[in-house]
Amino acid sequence: MSRAARPDGAPPGMAGSGVGAETLQPATAHRPAWWRNPWRRPAFLAAFTWLYLAWSILPIVIAVLFSFNAGRSRSTWQGFSLRWYWRDPVLSVWHDGTLRAALGHSVELAALTTLIAVPLGVAFAIGVDRWRGRVGRVFTFQMLLTFVLPEILLAVAILLLVTNMLEFVPLGTTAQVLGLVTFQLSYPMVICRARLLTIGREYEEAARDLGASPAQALWRVLLPLLAPAIFASAVLVFADVIDDFVIVRYLSADAASEPMSVKIYAGTRSSPTPALNALATIMLVFTLVTVTLGYLAYRRLTRDERGREPAVRELVARV
Amino acid sequence: MAAPAAAWLAGLFLLPFYVLLAIAFGTVDPLFRTPVPEWNPRYWDTTQLLGTVRDIVGRGAFLGPAVARTLVYVACASALCLAIGYPVAWFVARYGGRRRTPLLVLLLAPFWISYMMRLLAWVNLLQTDGLVNRALTGLGLLDQPFEWLGGRPVTVVSGLVYGYVPYMILVLFAALDRIDPSLLEAARDLGASRARTFLRVALPLSRSAILTGLIVVALPMSGDYFTNDLLSGSPHTAMSGNLINDAVSTPGQGGRGAVLVLLLMTVLIPPMLWYVTSTARQDRPEAA
Repeated sequence: MSRAARPDGAPPGMAGSGVGAETLQPATAHRPAWWRNPWRRPAFLAAFTWLYLAWSILPIVIAVLFSFNAGRSRSTWQGFSLRWYWRDPVLSVWHDGTLRAALGHSVELAALTTLIAVPLGVAFAIGVDRWRGRVGRVFTFQMLLTFVLPEILLAVAILLLVTNMLEFVPLGTTAQVLGLVTFQLSYPMVICRARLLTIGREYEEAARDLGASPAQALWRVLLPLLAPAIFASAVLVFADVIDDFVIVRYLSADAASEPMSVKIYAGTRSSPTPALNALATIMLVFTLVTVTLGYLAYRRLTRDERGREPAVRELVARV
Repeated sequence: MAAPAAAWLAGLFLLPFYVLLAIAFGTVDPLFRTPVPEWNPRYWDTTQLLGTVRDIVGRGAFLGPAVARTLVYVACASALCLAIGYPVAWFVARYGGRRRTPLLVLLLAPFWISYMMRLLAWVNLLQTDGLVNRALTGLGLLDQPFEWLGGRPVTVVSGLVYGYVPYMILVLFAALDRIDPSLLEAARDLGASRARTFLRVALPLSRSAILTGLIVVALPMSGDYFTNDLLSGSPHTAMSGNLINDAVSTPGQGGRGAVLVLLLMTVLIPPMLWYVTSTARQDRPEAA
């Protein structure tokens, strides 16, 4: 609300207060007029922010550029080529079996995790929404905990569980999916709970009053209303799993169950060729396309209800 | 409805930590050096725990330096995150104007770029013949290329800052965005200078966000081993995360790994609890 009312930058009409400022603050009178203007735009802050963004984004841009380098170097430009993507018969991502397998494995893990974590999390959010009370609070607690718990702690604990207690679970895809789902459950839980709170109970109660069974009210009223949240969480889980590193590395069995992130980790210091940059670029394209498409589709799903978007904002503020 | 997920979390969130305890307080097979978990808490054995604690604080403690280093690095990197993150979050929240949405997209971009790619990008730049060294020698700031990736604390700390500052910015942005601009304008109208308005109004209003931001960056840093591995790889810059990773990946060190995880977790529980309770408290009025 306050956001809508906020003036963009300086309030108009306050700019020319030069004379008043001179008489009030003679000590600063020798400074230039723009400096004495109390509502001037913060040039230093602006420069600082843009510098930060350059520092944050430029290295990535350069890494992407060098994935198209014609030579082996990752710091001398030797011309444009798609050599490291598929032209090189041995070293390119397409022809190097291990790199291509890593790509496939990443997608496989992301798809499986999304398929399991999202239904579980949505059902959980709906269940806890009517539970409230102490049980609900315990799980809210756990949910927030996964956001700050260093991933390595949970990953090592799950590794020890799988190797010492549940020995029937093989390391590799199965163990990786188990670990990833545990870590990713929070996304659908948090997003769907936030949306449930904004939906309220009236729609469901109205459906019940009009004769729907609990299952019908859930299936035909609540789930359609939840669709944007379910969709958003699926996108976030998918994109996040593509980028995951710690859990998948500890729970991998052999080179065949190592996804892209682990290949990049292993290759960065040992066998650096621009093929790694190419792999990283492909990974980047995957997540960016997922998130962009997801965002556009989400806007479409919620186009009738502008101003109700805080669910995603909320989540983002808490990552 | 909530039962399946609750069962899942019990089996794969709580149970793993019980196994962790069973192994940390278990024994080690004398022949194969594999950990032997002790499932019954009545027979838990503290030999491994005490042994590791002695290696951290006792005489000839070879793990001690890494633990001390973790504290220093994490403190430096978190402080730098705050120093960089606060002005950026402040600018975008208060002066974003028309550019607010594109600025936010750029601030969020690092979350969707794999951490490994962000490190790979810096490894490329910081190589001996990388662009950073070329720029510095070209400008005459360095006579010869600097070995950035040869176990330099400055590289590791900068890497941590680069990796985690986006989290700090988001936390601060969410809080600064909520500060009512009329409060700041009132302070200025009543004669406070820019600096005074900031110190007496904005800073107190963002105090809890600063603490949250520091926790949100410091916790993952203390478990981070890959930044160190890729940007330094030297035992002279190893941190607690590296100790855990080395123990877990070395055969016969699994028990020690469990103890280290347990110790790190014990240290991190108070800040984690603070984060969880303060975030849960903030959520409640919104929910009502």
